[in-house]
Amino acid sequence: MPRSLLGRIWPNATALVLFVAFIFPVYWMFNTAFKPNGQIISETPVWFPSSPTLEHFRTAVSAENFWTLVRNSVTVTVLAVGFSLLVALFASFALARMRFKGRKGIILVFMIAQMAPWEVMVIAIYMIVRDAEMLNSLVPLTLFYTVMVLPLTIITLRGYVAAVPKDLEESAMVDGCTRFQAFRRVIFPLLAPGLMATSLFGVITAWNEFPMVLILNKDAEAQTLPLWLSKFQTAFGDDWGATMAAASLFAIPILLLFLYLQRKAVAGLTSGAVKG
Amino acid sequence: MSVKAQEAPPRGKVPVQAVGTPGPPPPAKRVTRKGALPYLLLLPALAMTAVFLGYPLVTNGMLSFQNLNMTQLIQHVTEWNGVTNYTDTLSSETFWRVTLRSVIFTAVNVVVIIVVGTLIGLLLARLGSKMRLLLLVGLVLAWAMPIIAATTVYQWLFAQRFGVVNWVLAELGFDSMADYNWTGTQLSTFFVISLMIVWTSVPFVAINLYAATTTISRELYEAAALDGAGAWESFKSVTFPFLKPFLMVATFLEVIWIFKAFPHVFAINEGGPDRLTETLPVYAFVEGVGNQHYGTGAAISVLTILILLALMSYYLRLVLRQENADDADGSEQSKGGRA
Repeated sequence: MPRSLLGRIWPNATALVLFVAFIFPVYWMFNTAFKPNGQIISETPVWFPSSPTLEHFRTAVSAENFWTLVRNSVTVTVLAVGFSLLVALFASFALARMRFKGRKGIILVFMIAQMAPWEVMVIAIYMIVRDAEMLNSLVPLTLFYTVMVLPLTIITLRGYVAAVPKDLEESAMVDGCTRFQAFRRVIFPLLAPGLMATSLFGVITAWNEFPMVLILNKDAEAQTLPLWLSKFQTAFGDDWGATMAAASLFAIPILLLFLYLQRKAVAGLTSGAVKG
Repeated sequence: MSVKAQEAPPRGKVPVQAVGTPGPPPPAKRVTRKGALPYLLLLPALAMTAVFLGYPLVTNGMLSFQNLNMTQLIQHVTEWNGVTNYTDTLSSETFWRVTLRSVIFTAVNVVVIIVVGTLIGLLLARLGSKMRLLLLVGLVLAWAMPIIAATTVYQWLFAQRFGVVNWVLAELGFDSMADYNWTGTQLSTFFVISLMIVWTSVPFVAINLYAATTTISRELYEAAALDGAGAWESFKSVTFPFLKPFLMVATFLEVIWIFKAFPHVFAINEGGPDRLTETLPVYAFVEGVGNQHYGTGAAISVLTILILLALMSYYLRLVLRQENADDADGSEQSKGGRA
């Protein structure tokens, strides 16, 4: 049956082409980062680097303030995601498990907040932070990032909390646990995967945030990695090897985290979508 | 269960809440705690949202009625100037040109993302498991790529000298492309920006759409085949109705995300050349912060937010309908990562 043979070939061929198209920019980033300069600045591209070098990574890492910026980025990301998980845990528990007046309205508030146009609010945020005399500080960044990721964290966690069977909690309480103990000993362990998956999106948002830090933290030592990376090319001229090494260093944690967690995260996030 | 029944005073349909703490605290206190508990749990989240999101929004509105340029900024003075910022903005030709540009930019990207995403999602459903995993890995890596890393990589891919895209085009016979400056014209800059946005956005649509197809029962297809439906007809009568709710939501989410996209546009060429690739958020930023007309920038951002609100209200109506459909448990499809 020639038709079915063709029918089997074209999806696979298309998939292969698409795979190459989607992976290529990521591949090219790593490829350039490991290539010696002679192979980067060459009239014909070198598709597979023959003599990989760590030289560009050394340039990137030894750039001024690099480690300060790493520390800044990690600090604001971890704190913002941690705070928002803590605050969201209470909120999502109330929204998933309790019926009370105004519940719908509050859910709506978080849905709207999730789409808040932070990108166009930077002028007002700049004025507020300036009047509080906290420009070039990590504190406002952490607080704003917390609220930036909070709505999505609440909305997704609500799904995970709702998925934990109510009976478990009730029987724990029948056995003499207080409500808080029931939560801590029964629900929380079951929620852990959901918490991890939820935090993934918070981590990505905070790690990537660009417009706010662009306007708030002008001091070289108060910046975060996205701002540094956006200027790296200007700072290093056309040193594409070092720029790509910097981009790789910035992207690797997120790529690994995403590959590790995406199955869980996507399953959690799409359970609503597929219910239709 | 029986314990709950005798212990809890009847509170209608709120059994879990009524359970409370098993130890016997003073009854009066218990009643108030029961009623207030959900609000107490929600208080930190609501308070933080009000302070760090609500207050800046209000401030943004107030700034838009002020004459606030470099002088006033340095001297910390507040000069109200009524609706001047709005009349100036709305009567400027540039504002309308930028708005139109934003609308077209959003429309083109969303159409491409939804069409390509749907096709890839359907392809994923057709593939064997190994090939599917391979394509999924490619999609997930593109999806996960941090924005600023992506803008940097795209600048390198499309670099004038030694950029791999120009080399490939020249090899294919387009000799004039050998040293082409992609950020030199409006259209070519938008092409690079859009290609990058499509590249990072398609995986979300494709993967979620594929997930949606896995829930379609095989029997429906068999029934359609028995009725003599061809591939196209069974797609139209079985697949599409299943995917439609997801596609509606995805379309609106993409519209909102792309309309307010800032780093994608800004980091590639800062709105250049000649401010020809400024979309509304970039325009508000460049006018407000770059040119230090903070009041005007705030007015532009208020107008942008109003447009977004109009778009969102439609999206929220879609989601709320779904929320009512399955009230008890809740999880929304949401993209995260890029929100």
